[in-house]
Amino acid sequence: MHRTGELYGQYKTLDQQKETATLGMWIFLVTEILFFGGVFLTYSINRHQYPTAFGVGGNMLDLFLGGANTVVLIASSFTMAMSVWSAQTSKKAWVTLFLIATLILGTVFLGVKVVEYKQKFDHHLIPGHGFDITYCSKSPAAVCGLSEKEHADEVKEVKDAIETEGGVTALNAHAQLYFSLYFGMTGLHALHMIVGAGLLLWLILESRKGRFDANYNTPVENVGLYWHFVDIVWIFLFPLLYLINRHLA
Amino acid sequence: MSGTNNPGGEHQLPREHYLNATYGIRSWLLTTDHKRIALLYLASVTFFFFVGGIFATLIRIHLLTPAGYLVTPETYNKLFTMHGVAMIFFFLIPSIPAVLGNFLIPIMVGAKDLAFPKINLLSWYIYVVGGCFVLYSFATGGLDTGWTFYTPLSSIYSNAAVTPAVIGIFINGFSSILTGLNFLVTVHTMRAPGMTWFRLPLFVWAHYATSLIMILGTPVIAITLLLAGLERMFHFGFFNPAYGGDPILFQHLFWFYSHPAVYIMILPAMGVISEIIPTFVRKPIFGYSFIAASSIGIAVIGFIVWAHHMFLTGEATYAAIAFSFLSYLVAIPSAVKVFNWTSTLYKGSISWDTPMLYALGFIGLFTIGGLTGLFLACLGLDIHLHDTYFVIAHFHYIMVGGAVMGYVGGLHFWWPKITGRLYPEFLARTAAIILFVGFNLTFFPQFILGGLGMPRRYHNYPPEFQVLNVMSTAGASILALGYLLPMIYLTWSMRYGKIAGPNPWPATGLEWKTASPPLTENFHETPVVDWEPYDFVHRPDLGLTGSKPKLPGKLSPAHGDD
Amino acid sequence: MSENGHHIVSPKIYAAILAALLLFTWLTVQAAKIDLGPWNIVLALLIATIKMSLVILFFMHGKYSPKRTQIVIVSGFFWLAIMLGLTLTDYTTRHPEPSRSANPPAIAIHRA
Repeated sequence: MHRTGELYGQYKTLDQQKETATLGMWIFLVTEILFFGGVFLTYSINRHQYPTAFGVGGNMLDLFLGGANTVVLIASSFTMAMSVWSAQTSKKAWVTLFLIATLILGTVFLGVKVVEYKQKFDHHLIPGHGFDITYCSKSPAAVCGLSEKEHADEVKEVKDAIETEGGVTALNAHAQLYFSLYFGMTGLHALHMIVGAGLLLWLILESRKGRFDANYNTPVENVGLYWHFVDIVWIFLFPLLYLINRHLA
Repeated sequence: MSGTNNPGGEHQLPREHYLNATYGIRSWLLTTDHKRIALLYLASVTFFFFVGGIFATLIRIHLLTPAGYLVTPETYNKLFTMHGVAMIFFFLIPSIPAVLGNFLIPIMVGAKDLAFPKINLLSWYIYVVGGCFVLYSFATGGLDTGWTFYTPLSSIYSNAAVTPAVIGIFINGFSSILTGLNFLVTVHTMRAPGMTWFRLPLFVWAHYATSLIMILGTPVIAITLLLAGLERMFHFGFFNPAYGGDPILFQHLFWFYSHPAVYIMILPAMGVISEIIPTFVRKPIFGYSFIAASSIGIAVIGFIVWAHHMFLTGEATYAAIAFSFLSYLVAIPSAVKVFNWTSTLYKGSISWDTPMLYALGFIGLFTIGGLTGLFLACLGLDIHLHDTYFVIAHFHYIMVGGAVMGYVGGLHFWWPKITGRLYPEFLARTAAIILFVGFNLTFFPQFILGGLGMPRRYHNYPPEFQVLNVMSTAGASILALGYLLPMIYLTWSMRYGKIAGPNPWPATGLEWKTASPPLTENFHETPVVDWEPYDFVHRPDLGLTGSKPKLPGKLSPAHGDD
Repeated sequence: MSENGHHIVSPKIYAAILAALLLFTWLTVQAAKIDLGPWNIVLALLIATIKMSLVILFFMHGKYSPKRTQIVIVSGFFWLAIMLGLTLTDYTTRHPEPSRSANPPAIAIHRA
């Protein structure tokens, strides 16, 4: 990136340059809508066909961690928006502070995801050889960190599901589909967050040099657009993955 | 230097232009000049054209005999797959947009460069990286799934080098997306003063529509291939019936992009034709706004017809009926264009220059290809024609008879602008005719073969089909000559061709007001546009005033003697 | 069409949107714990759509953006709707498969 407010060769005015960059970012976000859209379509079709397995799988996700992550990400969107405001009102120190807050919140999100993924690994819920949806219900409650009531609910739920699906094999097959989508979708989302974190880091370094103010804040605004988009994806992922059959849990 | 037409007079190359402005390999590999990037693309798409062409040659040689003695059945599967992958993803989709579009769009709108020049360069590098993955796949076992990568063959059972190919195409998709993004933003925000939407050349409209498809469709093929790749690498089960997944879902996702992709391949060629025809008829194009609107119409309707590729998969009848109807609908805007081009010819002053030969060939061959598409859109007929050579002939008429002829014609039309030199006209016309003859001899018999029932993607066929297959192969060898000749004389002309001057034809677009070749920044000063497009009458700046051109006697051809 | 003179959204509005988003998050979790049959998913998606709209309109300045930007945003969703909607016309009008739970399918066939 060039110095604050410097005009590139092919533009005639700063306004044109800003307008161009912002339009470019919005169009890029449209491509992201279609990109994620494909995997949401896959999810929809598969959930439509295997509601029971999806419900069982969904209830194995940690609602507290998922909910907390949602709150964290929404808060990070707020801090990101505040960073843009700070730039627009030339409060340069605040720009950096809010960017750092956004980055910290984003990192917390990713940290929680790591915890969740590890949990899935421990509970034999990674698609592939060791996959077993009945692992937690077959083991004592403490193995999967469940309370006695939660464990009892899960045992019942899994038992009913096996009956609906017509056998453990079928349930496992369709539940693997669910978890493939879980990892695929949250993994893709996490990748986008990592890229976002990288962009935030770059912005923080630039903002510390005092680059962004009322005259020139396009990068902050455009990274903000990207960050909000990633938040929106999670806004849909959360209910679709975590809130399927919670009335049973 | 720029702006005057002086055919037959002596021209000189401008002293400084984009080709000699800087020297050295770094100045090319790190350029952000859209014109140089266009030439980088020219080199790479030509390379992949050869790669795809070699596979086509092997296919046609193999099919000379009913039993097919050239290669094993497994290798035959690889041949047609790699032919398709190389041609579609690495030649047809980038060709006109990345070569001619990149070169011309900034000049045509009156800008110094595209909106995002560095992203433009990035998109070329992404193309190259994607291409390397695919070449690696070709070299280490090839690809045998068909360019359509249907699951579960591609995601589970194939023993070929599917994963690197899928990665390569995934990466290449971003090249397409970035190019489309660049074009859209450029057309919206970088137009010169006075260049209103309805003064834009139809080439720009065509690329705008193409860019819409690129950014809306390509992400879906990206996610589709990603999911298929994940399934192959980690045994996820989305498309695997053993897990309850659905192979048809793959097809829906795949064709959601790949049908609009065919419009990515043809719309730019249509844009080229819309530039060539008025120039060599010396009158404005008929129905400018209808042609512009039909480009957008094709782009939009093209997104809602994809399942016509899936009529025989057992998709729901109601869905099939809807898609069949919509497929008929999408033919309408294409027909509008054909009518308008043809109407432009009426009472025009036609000259038979090489680009015009390609353009006229396009109109005929595209019409045949398009009409046969209607045969395939008919549910009842498609039951018999699906997966036969009829389909192959249909899409080759459009892709080769249409898109490639548009590309080659466009290369010829703008060659003087790109290189500052003219190609040898007699040789060029001869090559165009050879190409046309070779093409028809190659692919017309395939319509008949398909109607008679010869399936596609089969390494052998019943003996009664041999005559037609031999005809097709014979045609292919003539077609190959038709491609090789331009490669030779165009290259030759870069050094020895007659110097063209700014506007050899003459044509009326903004690009013809610049020097040939243009300056790096295209214009000395930003042009102000106050004329209507394709106006051959009121353009004193081009030496065109009144109803007759201001030239002695009959309008002498732009090219010199060869 | 310049965005430079555009409206600067005040922190008060951002804070209000933040509060709304958190409220809707709590709401969707509570709603999930009640059995509403097929309406659970409808309600969940409705709430998610409202949250998304708030983010787009206010955090992303969609409400204050030029018309062109708004058309770009709407087109993106329109195309998504085409992809989802038309594909579903196939799935929802197919005949139900009779043997779905009768014969459990075999587990993954491993590649050689």
